[in-house]
Amino acid sequence: MGSVRTAVIGVGQTRHVSARHDVSIAGLVREAALEALEDAGMDFGDIDAVVVGKAPDTFEGVVMPELYLADALGAVGKPLLRVHTAGSVGGSTAIVAAKLVMSGIHKRVLTVSFEKQSESNATWGLSVSMPFSAPLVAGAGGYFAPIIRAYMARSNAPRHIGHLVAVKDRLAALRNPKAHLHLPDIDLKAVEESFLLWDPLRYLDTCPSSDGAMALVIGAEDVADAAPNPSAWIHGTAMRSEPTMFAGRDQVNPQAGKDCAADVYAQAGITNPRDDFDCAEVYVPFSWYEPMWLENLGFCAEGDGWKLTEAGATAPDGDIPWNPSGGVLSSNPIGASGMIRFGEAAQQVRQRAGDYQVELKTGKALGHAYGGGSQFFSMWVVGNEKPA
Amino acid sequence: MTSTEPLIEHHVLEYPGGYTRSVGPAISRYLTGLRAGKIIGVRIGDGRVMVPPTEYDPETGGAIDEYVEVGPAGTVVCWTWVSEPRAGRHHLTKPFAFALVRPDGADVPMVHVVDVASADEMSVGMRVMPRWADDRVGYVTDLDAWVPMSDGDMARTPSPQRSGGRAGAERAPVDQSDGAASGAPDLTEPVTGITVPIRLEYEINAGVAASKYLRGMAEGRILGQRAVDSDKVYVPPRGSDPTTGAPTEIEVEVGPNGTVTTFCVTNIPGLSELAPPVPYVSAQILLDGANTPWLGLVQGIAVDDVRMGLRVRAVWDENLRPDARCLKWFEPNGEPDAPYESYREYA
Repeated sequence: MGSVRTAVIGVGQTRHVSARHDVSIAGLVREAALEALEDAGMDFGDIDAVVVGKAPDTFEGVVMPELYLADALGAVGKPLLRVHTAGSVGGSTAIVAAKLVMSGIHKRVLTVSFEKQSESNATWGLSVSMPFSAPLVAGAGGYFAPIIRAYMARSNAPRHIGHLVAVKDRLAALRNPKAHLHLPDIDLKAVEESFLLWDPLRYLDTCPSSDGAMALVIGAEDVADAAPNPSAWIHGTAMRSEPTMFAGRDQVNPQAGKDCAADVYAQAGITNPRDDFDCAEVYVPFSWYEPMWLENLGFCAEGDGWKLTEAGATAPDGDIPWNPSGGVLSSNPIGASGMIRFGEAAQQVRQRAGDYQVELKTGKALGHAYGGGSQFFSMWVVGNEKPA
Repeated sequence: MTSTEPLIEHHVLEYPGGYTRSVGPAISRYLTGLRAGKIIGVRIGDGRVMVPPTEYDPETGGAIDEYVEVGPAGTVVCWTWVSEPRAGRHHLTKPFAFALVRPDGADVPMVHVVDVASADEMSVGMRVMPRWADDRVGYVTDLDAWVPMSDGDMARTPSPQRSGGRAGAERAPVDQSDGAASGAPDLTEPVTGITVPIRLEYEINAGVAASKYLRGMAEGRILGQRAVDSDKVYVPPRGSDPTTGAPTEIEVEVGPNGTVTTFCVTNIPGLSELAPPVPYVSAQILLDGANTPWLGLVQGIAVDDVRMGLRVRAVWDENLRPDARCLKWFEPNGEPDAPYESYREYA
């Protein structure tokens, strides 16, 4: 941890949709940035540095987008960084921005992440066929579905558990006006009858493809104390990575995720995550990743994640709500999805989550993102009180 | 080439059909203007006119929306001569000048090409006029090139003859209808989107370790590798053990039999041109003797009969070559299923 107490003092995001034909990439990120600045009571002139994150450049075909975005983000004459850690990039970008403040280098940092998936096709962008290699002819779902099947075999989880998550997160999204998917009629039957894409994953078990951007303004303690709206104090940040494939790798319950959680919990004084958090915003792009990450993040014993889901513990009215915003299953501008998790956790402890606000007891929330073949993890803990 | 040198293959990275780019309000004005034979710039906060128009004030990041027509005549600010244009790379196929041209009324020059017969005709300060494409569709190449201006030339009409080559035949299609990349352009609506072909070409070097493994493929053998101080066999090998970084110098033949540790049934057609008809099974297969799973297809069995623990063997293309794609798929080898405990740590 750095020595400077640091907080999220502004949060902004676009209304996520399948295609924003009305704006350029610059226009998209700027919408989120301006909303975050307004929340923080600032304009571009107040910002010391800008940190941008997005997923692979193959998605939009804009190489080095951070350079093109400099004027749209008011970054001319300031440090401008770009971060990339696959699907976890939104989280790691927020952490890089936070570290610039914690370290005392800057006082006010704007961080923005985005994806404009309508400009190409993520399945193509993620599985470009390369010479010499046997192609992965199944897309992202085809990579993760066998790992989900392995989890089901290992935990003896009933087949409907994933569908429960698919329904829960879409119903939660109905209270979030920024969510991409609003499916008021969704129920277990609708999920069970949706197209079987990658057995065991059905269509409604998977995340949408979205255009969207997320922005945070992160400030040092003295800046946060003077901010017009409540602060989400950063109590811990952690990142971990591991190779996609190595002998003895647990693909279902990756060591890097467990290590990342242990690190961030130690920083934030979290000993029992189910009790110590008021909610968690966790990267769940396929429904089954809720029970899998419940175990990986230590919210229960290994093998018990699906039981929490089945009992409703993770619903908005459960004892530990997961993804009250609707989560990645309801909005997925890939490069922004991790930062949306981090920002939604901040909005909860700032009590600015509107109709999907959870009740605050401990005043702490977890933001989580993962990426690649479950090989990059980034997490932070935010709270409504300053860290010790 | 000796048999120990790394294999190299030419590779083209190109999104099929090109990226569908929504251009935003500033570039929309610019492209819509080009289609009408006009050059549109924008006035920024300090009063200067930028062309092509920027979407935001490049000095302050502020919002701007005062669009102004500039030109059509302009002045060459500086230039360089391209004596050997590269086919398919340069806009013009005959020698030309790259130049910074400042249209009258603009405060900054734009990068463009000047089409003259030789470098002797180029000079800083020379006056130039746009030569418009005949079939303007709302794309940057609508302004085909700049040409020297002669006296009384202000009303010059679009040239009937294009410069040939890439500019005409390979003009990128323009998306005029929010995502539909085909069909005749609507010349009355503003340009909101374009289709952008982006192509990267590489020489991919497989590396020494992978080349050994690939040469095994050419013999119908699957060659893994392990480090001297480890019994963990990696396939495909990347040259080092990812847990220690130690070089994997010892070659170990694995397979051709293996066990399906987990799998999925894909019902989505068209995920890859190499994908078989749906439904098909892609699986993690633990090859006998290997310690990492192989991602491959399972064929020769009804998809509903595929199960964890199924024993399979590799099926090779009849044209064996140093390429992993010649291991086509796996099919049942008739052995009894492997017990779960035997592969549990790999699932």
